[in-house]
Amino acid sequence: MASEGLDRRAVVARLLAGDERLPVVLGLGATTWDAAAAGDHPLQFGLWGAMGSAVAIGLGVALARPDRRVLVITGDGEMLMGLGSLATVAAERPANLAVVVIDNERYGETGMQETHTARGVDLAGVAEAAGFPIVRRVADQAALEAAAALIRAAEGPVFLAIKVGTEPLPLVLPPRDGVLLKDRFREALLGHR
Amino acid sequence: MTQTGGGGTDWSAGAHRALSGLGVGIVGYVPDAGLSRLITLCQADNRMRSVPLTTEEEGIALAAGAWLGGMPATVFMQSSGVGNIVNALAMMQTCRFPLVMLVTMRGELGEANEWQIPMGQAAAEVLRLAAVDVHRPERAEDIADTVAAAATTAFRALRREAVLIPQRIVGIKRFAGAGSGE
Repeated sequence: MASEGLDRRAVVARLLAGDERLPVVLGLGATTWDAAAAGDHPLQFGLWGAMGSAVAIGLGVALARPDRRVLVITGDGEMLMGLGSLATVAAERPANLAVVVIDNERYGETGMQETHTARGVDLAGVAEAAGFPIVRRVADQAALEAAAALIRAAEGPVFLAIKVGTEPLPLVLPPRDGVLLKDRFREALLGHR
Repeated sequence: MTQTGGGGTDWSAGAHRALSGLGVGIVGYVPDAGLSRLITLCQADNRMRSVPLTTEEEGIALAAGAWLGGMPATVFMQSSGVGNIVNALAMMQTCRFPLVMLVTMRGELGEANEWQIPMGQAAAEVLRLAAVDVHRPERAEDIADTVAAAATTAFRALRREAVLIPQRIVGIKRFAGAGSGE
């Protein structure tokens, strides 16, 4: 049952922690709040809209900056809206991109309605079938530790599907000004706007 | 597939030169017969990464991500694709991301497929409603300059710019016999 899954805030904080800050794209909306709870940072581009776009935005960053590891963290509902982008990523095979789905089997922003993953749709299976060379299903702390290392080191693209619980959590919101989010990301990554 | 029209001007080469000259390094596209030569030119350019998309909406997000990574990008699509990108354009406006799109038109004078007409007729207005500046060079020889100007405005003034290529220039698609479908 999803409510027995990992703590999503602890999972996202663990994935973001490391020696090097990774450029991160966060999907609308709970994963954006999760990253803010772990600590707001200019290299965290958190979406407040454009549902279904997180993976394709991450692909753009990864292709523009092959010298950097790039991370996308999004939810199951957001991922389901952009399944085609998994095929596009697999076709491009950016070795520096990792896609992580925080799967609580719910649309958390709209009343916790069940998503397709609650009815058995296997997002990791979709990524495998698309051709991601590295795919992991994560449901416990040991698997999380092993998978977290892949994000920073493996020859990707990497796909992680992480089952998390459904406990209600306090909203922790990053800035919502899109121009600010874009400009500060570029400044942190490129040194200019 | 049979195409008519197009005239003698190689607008595809001009558009490619214009984009390449402004440092466009990533090209997202959903193919159209009218775009096939331009796509081939971009694929052959080792300074450009050509990315086939499953839907045009991905291309808008790809261009946003490319800009976040410091790389100017462009997106090619047929006019039907304009209907697939509207919510992604809202992000581009909200964040003031630059965007330059080339849209080959269907559904115009001479169209033989009724299903192409509603979106073709609505495309320019849909783009304007989504705060995209729309340019429509009516002569093939004006396309390269229009693309260069639109891309300059996109990347320097951080605007969303679309260049619509009229169906009269890309050619009317003919449906001649079995197996000639979309």
